[in-house]
Amino acid sequence: MNNSPYFLQPASVQSVMLRVLLALLPGIAVYAWFFGGAVLVQIVLASITALAAEAAMLKARGKPLMMFLGDGSALVTAWLIALTFPPIAPWWLTVIGVLAAIVIAKHLYGGLGQNPFNPAMVAFALMIVAYPSLMSQWSAAGFTDFAPQWNAIFGTRQLDALTMATPLDALRTALHTPEARATVAGVLGNDASFGNIGGKGWEWVAAGYFIGGLYLLQQRIITWHMPAAFLATLFVITGGFALYDPGRFAGPGFHLFTGGAMLGAFFIVTDPVSGCTTPRGKLIFAAGIALLTWIIRTFGAYPDGIAFAVLLMNIAAPLIDMYTQPPVFGHKGKKGGSA
Amino acid sequence: MTALQRLFKFNGGVKPAYNKEASTGLPIAVAPTPTLLVIPLHQSIGGPPRPLVKAGERVLKGQRIGDADGNVSSAVHASTSGTVVAVEMRLMPHTSGLSAMCVVIEPDGRNEWIPRQPFDFRSASPAASRDFLRDAGVVGLGGAVFPSHLKLNAGKQGKLDVLVLNGAECEPFITCDDVLMRERPEEIIKGAVIMREMLSAGEVLIGIEDNKPAAIAAMEIAARAANRVAGANVYKVGSVPTRYPAGGAKQLIRVLTGIEVPHGERSTDYGVQCFNVGTAYAIHEAIELGQPLISRIVTVAGNVGQARNYEVLFGTPMKDLVALCAPLPDSDRLIMGGPMMGFRMPGDDVPVVKATNCVLVGSTALFPPPPPEMPCIRCGECAKACPADLQPFEMYWFSRAKIFGKAQEYNLFDCIECGCCAYVCPSRIPLVDYYRFAKSEIWAREVEKEAADVARDRYEFRLLREEREKQEKAAKLAAKTAAGREKAAAALAEAAKPAATPEEDAKKALIAAALERARTEKARVHPENTADLTPEQQAEVTAIEARRAEIREMAKPHLRPDD
Repeated sequence: MNNSPYFLQPASVQSVMLRVLLALLPGIAVYAWFFGGAVLVQIVLASITALAAEAAMLKARGKPLMMFLGDGSALVTAWLIALTFPPIAPWWLTVIGVLAAIVIAKHLYGGLGQNPFNPAMVAFALMIVAYPSLMSQWSAAGFTDFAPQWNAIFGTRQLDALTMATPLDALRTALHTPEARATVAGVLGNDASFGNIGGKGWEWVAAGYFIGGLYLLQQRIITWHMPAAFLATLFVITGGFALYDPGRFAGPGFHLFTGGAMLGAFFIVTDPVSGCTTPRGKLIFAAGIALLTWIIRTFGAYPDGIAFAVLLMNIAAPLIDMYTQPPVFGHKGKKGGSA
Repeated sequence: MTALQRLFKFNGGVKPAYNKEASTGLPIAVAPTPTLLVIPLHQSIGGPPRPLVKAGERVLKGQRIGDADGNVSSAVHASTSGTVVAVEMRLMPHTSGLSAMCVVIEPDGRNEWIPRQPFDFRSASPAASRDFLRDAGVVGLGGAVFPSHLKLNAGKQGKLDVLVLNGAECEPFITCDDVLMRERPEEIIKGAVIMREMLSAGEVLIGIEDNKPAAIAAMEIAARAANRVAGANVYKVGSVPTRYPAGGAKQLIRVLTGIEVPHGERSTDYGVQCFNVGTAYAIHEAIELGQPLISRIVTVAGNVGQARNYEVLFGTPMKDLVALCAPLPDSDRLIMGGPMMGFRMPGDDVPVVKATNCVLVGSTALFPPPPPEMPCIRCGECAKACPADLQPFEMYWFSRAKIFGKAQEYNLFDCIECGCCAYVCPSRIPLVDYYRFAKSEIWAREVEKEAADVARDRYEFRLLREEREKQEKAAKLAAKTAAGREKAAAALAEAAKPAATPEEDAKKALIAAALERARTEKARVHPENTADLTPEQQAEVTAIEARRAEIREMAKPHLRPDD
């Protein structure tokens, strides 16, 4: 028989995870609308792989299968991988990515709640290092024919008509490689695939994620600290540099609404297990990710920097937490926590 | 105006289902005297009282049967008149299932009081007033049962800014303070008047959660009357937002005054002291009616047909009390206190004591066992809910890993075990159990460490003493032989002819030296307080000295030279 408290609020890990999945739906719907059904195929593929890997690992570790399989955490990882990988990535790329996330990043570190690194970002970082070209082939907005996408995933790859670099990648290549002579306005203006803000279609997908993020805030699953610090930091840095040299640096509108920024702000940076937990720690953590993301996006060799930025800040999270312990009741103004 | 306008906030807290309506529908009833009263002697924080009665003795209602053991203790009294049938170990109302010394009284049904004398605390010294309350057995009735007389001390400044009366009663199901405030507000305020004078307090703030409008209204009327008598607006009722644990002393002080009293510090040092409304009522009864604390209001609620508040004599078995409320057949446990912080009783025949604010009847349907525990996902819900601003998941982490030092660094001992963290945890981790475990382990280790420290100190002292004695012996021996040799040499030089062997001479010299030493010693230790004595005393002293000398002579052969 248990001790007090004798009754508990109806809440569970499962309900938290299911609401996160629910919050992803608007973004996914917009994604599929602009870029075709390939992303849905990837989600199904990733989900099946994740559940199978989760089940195998739980069995191997002697953990209760149904309790953990039903908690929804593997599905959240799977969906995030499907949404951050190119939608027309070959099936094995997604499968290997998911296996890396679930088997290595999650279970080998002790399973749910124990992983020091965000599993989805481990998968992304691993695959972009191992298969940089495959991870850079994204479908162009408007090419929503399902058959060629299906073929790209499962069959022979006839990619030329299908793919293009993401706006972020195109911009980085055009502006910051040594031979670059272009300007932001020139790159964004002369290509039909660029939209008004963050790239054709992508800005709407980002808006979808934003809506989902507001739902997570309303449900109190995430707090405002991380999305606000992430987006504000990205805004300030990109805004500052765009003012300094608008020809060489893209502005905040572009950076906030392109690539993984919105998805990251509300769904990736906010992963509670691998991130900071104190209010001040959350601000520092998310601001650090934003700063690193911008640096990698602008000066790095990879098309998007969120995955590496998240992993780097994951390492720092325990230290940040230790130094940002909020003062406990009655100790305000005195030194709280440990050092 | 008695309403308090400005309120503050505390962080965290939860809003569980309150379930209070069931027991407030009916007025307070007097629970019948049971056939046997089992009155534990130890009903408060502090030393267990010493029993004053023996089996077979007749006691009167209100007669002291246990005497406070020192100042940090509180007396206990016979709840009614009757015969003491035993003073023995009985099962205590505590989860541990341990027994403790109880006075078992068979009531005679006559309810014959001791002579009741009101106490004139205004002309008595504060210390005398406190002693009176200690001997009247008045302790905090909010559940902590801390002896009230110890808290009726204004601290360093000698006066207080604020006396807080706690009528928040934030635990679900419990309504004993609510009904007391509704039905006996004047008496509570009378108690507050006494406490305010004893503490030289400026104003009295009465904090009541806003889900008790009837109690607030009743207390406001009583406070207005008291303000008219005082001629100033000193008694104020604060309607505080309903949020568990608003009734935690520190949380309520914070809400009413904005002051945060840190863990381990006295609230009086911050100019504020907090008492439960039931305690105020008990102080009024003790001082103005001369009635020691022998009963209290107890809520019986939960899995019962008719929940209600009863005025219950201490020592009444809980099963007798619960039987009045038609417990439902699927009831499987009794909980003392509420569902958030209460303790499961080891049996249903344990007695109602001063700490019993509520007897909650439980069943599996009402309080289902929690779903299986999942790993912590560090979601931070517990930190958001913690009213002490702690990081519960970090404390859980370290408690679970038995890294108790780190758990303490995360302020484990600031945890008030309110249960908010466990209540909101999506992983259904019994967090409070981990903290209780860690605290008890740390306490146990401290006790062990203290014992080890004492043992080590003793051992080290013994080593030191042995070493010192050895050195002293060696030094004495060395000095003696050196002196002996000198004396012997001198004797040899003096004696012209070597009539005796040098060994014999040395021996003689040694004896002479010893005698000389004894003589000087005797002269040195001659007592000095015998200077101006009457002839009779002098004679007596001489006689004693003679006897002593005799004894000394008798003992001499047995004394070793070094002693």
